[in-house]
Amino acid sequence: MPRTEAVKSNNQTIVIMGCGRVGATLAAMLDAAGHTVTVLDIDAYSFRRLPPSFSGTALIGNGTDEEIQRKAGIAEADAFIALTQGDNRNVMAAQIAQQVFKVPRVICRIYDPLRKDIYEQLGLEALSPTEIFADILFNKLEKQEKQ
Amino acid sequence: MKPLYIVIIGGGNIGYYLGKALLGEGHEVLIIEKDARKCERLEDELGSCCMRGDGCETAMLSDAGLNRADVLIATTAQDEDNLVACQVAKYRFKVPRTIALVNNPSNDKIFTKLGVDASISVTNTILEHVEQEIPAHPLIHLLTMSGQMEEVVELLVARDSPAVGKSIAQLRLPADTTVALVMRDGERPRIPGADTLIRENDRIIALTTPSSEKTLQKAVMG
Repeated sequence: MPRTEAVKSNNQTIVIMGCGRVGATLAAMLDAAGHTVTVLDIDAYSFRRLPPSFSGTALIGNGTDEEIQRKAGIAEADAFIALTQGDNRNVMAAQIAQQVFKVPRVICRIYDPLRKDIYEQLGLEALSPTEIFADILFNKLEKQEKQ
Repeated sequence: MKPLYIVIIGGGNIGYYLGKALLGEGHEVLIIEKDARKCERLEDELGSCCMRGDGCETAMLSDAGLNRADVLIATTAQDEDNLVACQVAKYRFKVPRTIALVNNPSNDKIFTKLGVDASISVTNTILEHVEQEIPAHPLIHLLTMSGQMEEVVELLVARDSPAVGKSIAQLRLPADTTVALVMRDGERPRIPGADTLIRENDRIIALTTPSSEKTLQKAVMG
């Protein structure tokens, strides 16, 4: 996929919704790699997870709100990543970024594998941590059995 | 009309009254609600028409027989839940008509764009009524002239205004109040005489004082 290469090249503008463990870690990594990062969260307390070295923007607001996305600079963003705890919130925000603001790369976390399948069919790039982690555990256990 | 199978997501006030009305019209109704207590109340008052669960969960919707549903109505307080319920119903279960309550009025257009057949924003609906039924601004302050305690105001003559059909003189305005201009659609603004008749939809620009403003407003707005 050419999009993967685009994100790898330097100076991308990336908006992350949800400053939980994954969101904050990813934001710090992208920031350290030289990208322009904006992190959105409804709770200012979540921003404590960002390292002191973080040079991006932390913005309080609900990412499912079109206005907040605009404030976060979504119109000029190269990528949008939806990482809140709510599958539906992620789905909605990701669709707004993709269909209203035409963000070139949108990735969405959906815990529920069935819902993930539906939205993949509808053209969202969706990842299910449930599936991925269960898969990892399964493979680990399978290997152990074989040894 | 042939009875429809209607699935309602959310058993709050809207879901409850909607369900009640649709059952009364002879339709088959199923309400999906997460909260056990709300489910109990729905069952007590409407009979067995409630399922407890998450209305966005595919397995749940499958159990609810969504593939034979004619309409899905999402009425929760969370727009994202309403959107996903409608999209799953439409794209996974091919429900012909999906209707969503929109809590944030700016989501109205977005929902339509994302495939929801009809979205209803309570805020927008109320706003439309306010704009239709109540004159937007009864009296607009245009300018206050400093030092002289005089001000310039604009008033719209509504259909039910007591000034309609009267001449300026018949308005019996206070001595410190002068009607300076009458503006009428499709005509140049005119400086009225004492016998100029006021018509519906006229916009009046008047010179008045804070103490006479109320009397002027009463004469024009009722």
